Amino acid sequence: MSELTPDLVRHLASLARIQVTDAEVDRLTEQLAVIVDAVATINKAVEGDVPATSHPIPMANVFREDVVEPSLTQTEALSGAADSDQGRFRVAAILDEE
Amino acid sequence: MNELIRKSAAELVELLGSKQVSSVEVTKAHLDRITEVNPTIHSYLHVTDEAALSVAADIDRRRAAGESLSPLAGLPIAVKDNLTTTDAPTTAGSKILEGWVPQYDATVVRRLREQGMPILGKTNLDEFAMGSSTEFSAYGPSKNPWDIERIPGGSGGGSSSAVAAFTAPLAIGSDTGGSIRFPAAVTGTVGHKPTYGAVSRYGLIALASSLDQIGPVSRSVLDAALLQDVIAGHDPHDSTSLPESLGSMADAARRASVAGKRIGVIKQLTGAGFQPGVQARFDESLALLAKAGAEIVEVDCPSFEYAIAAYYLILPAEASSNLAKFDSVRFGLRITPEGNPTIERVMAATREAGFGPEVKRRIILGTYALSSGYYDAYYGSAQKVRTLIQRDLAAAFEKADVLVSPTAPTTAFKFGEKLEDPLAMYLNDIATIPANLAGIPGMAIPNGLADEDGLPSGIQLLAPAREDARLYEVAAALEALHEGVWGKRMMDFAPELKVGA
Amino acid sequence: MAKAELMNYEKALEQFEVVIGLEVHVELNTNTKMFCGCRNDFGDEPNTNVCPICIGLPGSLPAVNKRAVESSIAIGLALGCSIAPTGRFARKNYFYPDLAKNFQTSQYDEPIAFEGSLDVEVPSGKVFTVGIERAHMEEDAGKLTHIGGNTGRIHGAEYSLVDYNRAGVPLVEIVTKPVLGAGAEAPELAAAYVRSIREIVKALGVSDARMERGNVRCDANVSLRPHGQEKLGTRTETKNVNSLRSIERAVRYEIQRQAHILANGGTITQETRHWHEDKGATSAGRPKSDADDYRYFPEPDLVPVQPSHELIESIRATLPENPADRRKRLQAEWAFADLEFRDVVNAGLLDQIEETVAAGAKPQAARKWWTGEIARLANTEDKEIEALSVSAADVAELAQLVESGKINDRIGREVLAAVLAGEGTPSAIVAAKGLEVVSDDGALLAAIDEALAAQPDVIEAIREGRMQAAGAVIGAVMKAMKGQADAARVRELLVQRASE
Repeated sequence: MSELTPDLVRHLASLARIQVTDAEVDRLTEQLAVIVDAVATINKAVEGDVPATSHPIPMANVFREDVVEPSLTQTEALSGAADSDQGRFRVAAILDEE
Repeated sequence: MNELIRKSAAELVELLGSKQVSSVEVTKAHLDRITEVNPTIHSYLHVTDEAALSVAADIDRRRAAGESLSPLAGLPIAVKDNLTTTDAPTTAGSKILEGWVPQYDATVVRRLREQGMPILGKTNLDEFAMGSSTEFSAYGPSKNPWDIERIPGGSGGGSSSAVAAFTAPLAIGSDTGGSIRFPAAVTGTVGHKPTYGAVSRYGLIALASSLDQIGPVSRSVLDAALLQDVIAGHDPHDSTSLPESLGSMADAARRASVAGKRIGVIKQLTGAGFQPGVQARFDESLALLAKAGAEIVEVDCPSFEYAIAAYYLILPAEASSNLAKFDSVRFGLRITPEGNPTIERVMAATREAGFGPEVKRRIILGTYALSSGYYDAYYGSAQKVRTLIQRDLAAAFEKADVLVSPTAPTTAFKFGEKLEDPLAMYLNDIATIPANLAGIPGMAIPNGLADEDGLPSGIQLLAPAREDARLYEVAAALEALHEGVWGKRMMDFAPELKVGA
Repeated sequence: MAKAELMNYEKALEQFEVVIGLEVHVELNTNTKMFCGCRNDFGDEPNTNVCPICIGLPGSLPAVNKRAVESSIAIGLALGCSIAPTGRFARKNYFYPDLAKNFQTSQYDEPIAFEGSLDVEVPSGKVFTVGIERAHMEEDAGKLTHIGGNTGRIHGAEYSLVDYNRAGVPLVEIVTKPVLGAGAEAPELAAAYVRSIREIVKALGVSDARMERGNVRCDANVSLRPHGQEKLGTRTETKNVNSLRSIERAVRYEIQRQAHILANGGTITQETRHWHEDKGATSAGRPKSDADDYRYFPEPDLVPVQPSHELIESIRATLPENPADRRKRLQAEWAFADLEFRDVVNAGLLDQIEETVAAGAKPQAARKWWTGEIARLANTEDKEIEALSVSAADVAELAQLVESGKINDRIGREVLAAVLAGEGTPSAIVAAKGLEVVSDDGALLAAIDEALAAQPDVIEAIREGRMQAAGAVIGAVMKAMKGQADAARVRELLVQRASE
C-alpha cells in the first residue's frame, strides 16, 4: 500500500510551490497512490549490488574554456519579466509583514 | 491540393536544387495547406508565415545568384513548440509560458536557420511534453488526419499530424519516452529518436534531461535521415552532446539493406497486450525481413518489466526540478493573489494556475521520489533499473544487430478514452521507453493498417548507442519491402481530409 | 531584537566544551562564471552580465568552466585533501527568488576534494590542526535589494528587486570537520582559520580573497557539551560573518549565549542565526525543519569530473609554499623577534609587509607603519585594514621619505592620513603641501639665533652641559618651522652654536 497521505501530498505541493485546494489534495492523493503503488514494484527489481545510471551515455570531463562570451543586454534580460524596476526583476516581499 | 505538398523532402530537395520549383512556391504551398486544414487538425500553435516566406525568398535570390547553398536550403519545416525561437512565441503547450518570446534560439533552430530552411511554425504538444495524445496541451488537442476523432499521439502530436496532413514535409520532434515514435506509429509517419547526445538539447525546454532527445519527423526514412544530418552534431552548449560525428544518415538510408542482418524480436514486447491487428502486421514484417535475407532471432530483456516504473520515477523527479524555474520572476505567467502576498504565495498561485493537472501530478510525484527518506527506494532504485536495462540490451545486441517490436500496443485511441486513467495512458509507452532509459537510438516507421480499425500501426527498430546509421539502413530496406507489397506509400492509404467539419 | 542573556565567558568554559565547525565560501576570480561565458563581475549595471543560463531561461544548459575546476583542485591540494577520482555535480532544490533555476548547481555526495587538514596558529602561539571534511564547487546566487519599509532590510520590505549578475559566479565551499579542544581559544581559532584560508587562496591566485567584498564568506557552527559528554550538542549556524573580527566575536557570543541557556536547563534550537556587527549579537533566523528537504540528485545536464593523475600532479607542482613554511622563511628574512612577528601574523599583515618590503621599504619600517599607525587608523575608523585605501607601494614610499630624512615621523603620519583621504601618493602629497623638512642649515641657524635671543640664558646652560635646557629652544625652532624640520639636526646645530 502507498504511504501517500493527504498531509504528505500537501507537504510535497508546498515543497514544489504549488498552491492546492483541499479537493485537489484529495484527488491527487487518490491518483498518485495508484501510480505510486504501480512504480513501487521497482524495489523488487534491484536486489544485490547494482550501480546506478544517472547518464545514459557515459562521458566525463566536458569543460568550457574560461573565455568571456557576449551577454544579453539588460533590456533583453528583462524582456520576459512580469515586472521590473531599476534594471532589476521585481518580486513581491519575501517575508510576511510581522 | 497543390501536388508539391505530397512530395517527399528528398524529392523537393531535388526540385529546389535543379530550380524546377522555388522555395517560395514550396513554402507558399504548405502555408496554403496550413490555412486550409490547420483549423481542423490544429497541428500548429503559431504559424510564422511572413518569416518563412522571407527566408524562402532570400534562398531563391541566393540560388539565382549562383551561391552554393546548404543541402536542405529552401525546404520548409515545422518545429515543435518546446524549442526556443526568437521570432515566435514558445509555449511548450503550457499556459505558464503563454506569449513568451525567448531571448535566444535553440541550437537546432539555429542550425535550421543556417541551412536556410523556412520555419513554417510551432507545433502543438502535451504540456511540457507530458502526455501521449496532445490532450494535455493547454491550447487544445491536435487531431489525427486518419480520423479526427482520434489522437495523433503525444507528446509530439502537432509535428506528427502536420507531416501526416501534408502541412509540412518535415518536422522537429522531441522524445523523452516515445514522444516522436508513438505519434509516428498512430499517424503512419516516420519518427526517429537519435542516440542520446547526437542532437543538442540546448534550447529544448527540458522535461527529463537524461531522457530527452530531439529528432526528425517525416513521411519517409530517407527524409528523416536528411533532417538528422542537418540537426545532429556536437554543441559545446550541451555538455552531454556527443563529441564525435555518427556519420551520414542519408548515405545509410540510401544503402537500404537487411540481407545478413540479425533481427532480434524482443520477447517482452510481443504477444499479450498488443492489439491483434498490430501484432499481425508486425509478424508479417518479420516474414518480409526473413524473406529478404535477414535472420530473425528472439532476445530476452527481462528487466523491461520494470522500465515503465523506472521511467515514471526518473521522469517526474527530473521534471520536478526542471520545471521549478517557472516561478513568475524572470519570464512567463504571474498570478498575484489578493492582499499583500509574499513571493512564496505569488509563486504557488502562479504555478497552480499555470500548470495543468498532468504536470502538477508529475511534479508532485517527482518531488516525492526525490524527497528524503524515499530517494533510495524510488529514484535510487530507478537509476539501478536503468543499469539492468542497459545490461539486457547489451546482451541482446550480442545476438542481434537490430531489435524490433511494435512501436505501440494499439492504434490511435479516441479522445477522452484514457484521459482519466494515467496508468493506462502510461502503458502506451511500454515499447518506446527502454530506448530513452538506455540512451540508444529508436526509429518508428509505418507498418500497415490494423485489420480491426483500418488505422496505422507502427514498427520500432532499436540499435546500440551511436549506431543510428544501422537503423536508417535497415528501416529504409523494410520501408522499400513494404512499398513493394503495398504498391504505394503508407500515406497513400490515408483518407482524404475533410476540413471545415 | 531582545538581547539574549549571556554567561560569563570563563564560567561558560568551565562548564562546557566548545565544538566549532566552519564553512567558508571562496569566490573564484575566473574571467567567466561557473557554468556560462558571462563575465565574473557583479559590480556592473544590474542584469548586464547575464545570459539565458544565468537567468535560468527555459531550454538553457550549463557548461563547466575548466579554470574553476582547476582552481578548486588547487584549493583542495593546498588543504591537503584527496582529489576525487570522480566528482559529480548535483542539484540542490529550493525556491528563492535570487536562485534563477530554483535549484543550485552544487556538489553533494561526490565533492571534488575531501579529507584534508590545515595547521592554524592562534595568537598565543599554539597550533591547532583543523580537519577539512570536503571542498566542493558550486554557483553563487543573485543579489536581492529590499525596497520600502525598514531601510533596506528584508523584514518589512514592500517588495524586492533581483540582479542576477552574481548568479553563477563560481564558489568553492570548504567545510571543516568538528573542531574540538580549542577551549577558550575557539573564537581566535575560528578567525585564524579563516585568515589561513584567505592566505592560501590568495597565494594560489584563485581568489581576490577580500572579505569586505564578499570574496571570502564564513558560516560558523557552534555547539557546546558538558565536559565528559560524548554526544555533540545541538549546533547553531551563524551565517555570513564577514570579517575576521566578527567571526571571533560571533563565536564568543554564541558560546556565552548557549552556555546561559544550557546552564538554566534550556535547550538549543538548531537554527541559522544572523550576526549583527552593530549590536555585537546574533539573532535567530530560520529554524531547520522538514522544509529543508533539498532533494539532491545528480545533475543530469553535466557529466562527471574525473581529473587525471597528470592534471592533479601538474597543479600540485605549481602550488606555492604552504603558509607555515612561508612564515618561517619571512621571519628569518626580516629578522623579527618572535613577539614582533607574532603581532604581525595575528594582525594578518604578512602580505602587506611582504609587499611593502618588496617595494623597497626596510622590514622594521614596514612593520612599524602597518602594525602602528595604519592599524590605529583602521581601529579608529572601525574598518578592516584591507578596507583602507592605502597600498603597499604607498607605505614603502612613505617609509623611504622618512628614512631619507625628507620628512619626519610626525609629518609622515600626516601624509598617511592624506593618502587615506585619497589625496594622492605620499610624494605627491609632500610636494603639494610643501611638507618637506627644512634642510637648509642657514634657515635653521637663523631660527636658532632668534630663539636664543629670546631665551639668552639657555646658551650658557648648554655650555655647562645641562642639555635639558635645549628643549625649549628646539621646541621654539620647530614651531617656527611649522614642524617641518628634523629635530635631531636642530639639536646638532644648537650644540655647534653653543660651542662657538
